[in-house]
Amino acid sequence: MSNIDAELARLIAPGRVHRRLYTDPAIFELEMERIFGAAWIYVGHESQIKKPGDYFATRMGRKPVVVVRDDEGTVRVIHNQCAHRGAMVVATDKGNAAEFTCCYHGWTYHLDGRVKAVPLNHGYPQGFDPRDPKIGMLPVPRVKSYRGFIFASGASDGPSLEDSLGHMTTSLDDMIDRAPDGEIEVAGGVFKHAYDGNWKVYFENLCDAAHPLFTHRSSIDAALEQSDEAHSDGSGEIAIRQMRQNGAPYSFWESQVGIWTYPNGHSYLGDYHDDSKLVAALKDPVFRRYIAALERKKGKVEAKRILEVRRWNSNIYPNVSLMSQFQQLRVVYPIAVNRTVVHAYSFRLKGAPDQILRNAVSFANVVNGTGSLVLTDDLEIYHRLDMGMSSEGCEWLQIGRGYQSDVPDAHGGRRGKNSTSEVYIRNMLDAWLALMTKGQAAPVRAAS
Amino acid sequence: MAKRRKPKAKPRVPTRRPVLVARHRAASRAGEALDLARCERFLLHEARLLDDGNFDDWLALFTPDAWYWVPSEPDQDNPHDTVSLIYDDRRLLETRVRRLASPRIYSQEPRSRTSRIVSNVSIEDSGNSACTVRSKFLMIEYRRDSQRLFAGTAFHRLVQADGGILIASKRVNLVNCDEPLDGIVVPF
Repeated sequence: MSNIDAELARLIAPGRVHRRLYTDPAIFELEMERIFGAAWIYVGHESQIKKPGDYFATRMGRKPVVVVRDDEGTVRVIHNQCAHRGAMVVATDKGNAAEFTCCYHGWTYHLDGRVKAVPLNHGYPQGFDPRDPKIGMLPVPRVKSYRGFIFASGASDGPSLEDSLGHMTTSLDDMIDRAPDGEIEVAGGVFKHAYDGNWKVYFENLCDAAHPLFTHRSSIDAALEQSDEAHSDGSGEIAIRQMRQNGAPYSFWESQVGIWTYPNGHSYLGDYHDDSKLVAALKDPVFRRYIAALERKKGKVEAKRILEVRRWNSNIYPNVSLMSQFQQLRVVYPIAVNRTVVHAYSFRLKGAPDQILRNAVSFANVVNGTGSLVLTDDLEIYHRLDMGMSSEGCEWLQIGRGYQSDVPDAHGGRRGKNSTSEVYIRNMLDAWLALMTKGQAAPVRAAS
Repeated sequence: MAKRRKPKAKPRVPTRRPVLVARHRAASRAGEALDLARCERFLLHEARLLDDGNFDDWLALFTPDAWYWVPSEPDQDNPHDTVSLIYDDRRLLETRVRRLASPRIYSQEPRSRTSRIVSNVSIEDSGNSACTVRSKFLMIEYRRDSQRLFAGTAFHRLVQADGGILIASKRVNLVNCDEPLDGIVVPF
């Protein structure tokens, strides 16, 4: 084990993590190489590129890439970089193209990134050949979709996507299965929110059942006091129900939610809505129509099975989180050690009533919205974590809640005996250490 | 949140205030036309309430079925099929304003200070007792050692009510609505 691997391993201890993981720019640089440059990174959904030539620009870690469907219909992920002088080629967020052209000297590229033409193609040194596979908008080494969810890896070899996802494929299935027609598509726009803080704290908050009652107190109180007589077109009603539900007592969060973790840093939180309070409550007429459509297409038994999957946030380490019941998907983009951007998407369930997407949009506004009454307090916490961690007071941060009581799970993971166990943070840090040291550091130092 | 040494009692949850009374109404004279000068005065009054943090008074400017909308996309068609930086029907707007008064709104600890300039006011369409007013605004928000600048176009649907003016709807188009933004807590 190299010196740096050994040093990284010393930053994680049973039930504790050193604050440097969140504040050290050198560690961040290493994360960009060893995690975002190697692990399977979610890059987008196939519904965003339905036709040949459809593309969108995004990033893997900090590297700009283009996700494109080529003329044969194959999904490609190529570096958004001209082979000539290195300029970013695709400058629009999304569109449809027959080829890509660099605006500097006019080098053009096929949709799969191969060089198509080089203007003034003379006088280069002997051996310069634009057909050289090392010259082009080069492909990211591995690209693989799981039922429409596109992942890419900067490493030429390593575990397959399905091995890496493991049991979490069931959370991706859950997103899709809820569509009566068995298909989903990105719809309803996108939120892009940002905060001055480390990317890991966002992920570590998504399964945190212990924070809503405290962090979200202002919106809980304001929602509890809200008169239901005031006019609503339906969207405010969904938001206010969600905020009230955040006010469930600690006893509820402790025992009735559930937290599950799986190898490679993945986790999911159980649902914390009982049916009478769930936004898609069973007595809601729109939801009843939706259930009827689901039953028509899938049969009663399968529809019941689908609706009984009760997961809240499913987190696929290191950069994507899903929420199937309201068709949400969040992607985390690290910008700097203390700056992070998150994109939040909604999906349309094909074959469901139009109002189901509208409910997802209303839900997105309150849970993932830049101006949300809830999220803004989370963003404040992420910034305070960054400011607080810059202090040398406590070098070690406590992630030990539930350490003594977590139990094995039937699918090869571990779950918290109580839903407020920090097992999901310890599990992410195990994955972090394995990726950062390429498996060299002794595993499970953080796990219970 | 800095804990007080001797909390006297649990933080008081702000009580709901009557929201339907437009306070500036008394200052308006009945029968006055809804002309440009009057609309402009109204917008300046609204901006002042917001800068002063008088959010309850600001809420009182809205009709009982009003909505307040900050789209997430330029030229966004409607607030129902696409997400919005803020989309509040009347009920959620009341909750938003109540939360702003909460002692435990951590995203406002410390509080923002804002300064707004409202200009380029024009009346887009008008009837007897209602009109749509377009205006430009600049808003500086200062909070915790940093300052940010917002700019955009506002569309107010204003209605006459008992000689006063109320907001039936307000749409705020930010020039950077699709930029990755830090949290937005103080309304525009």
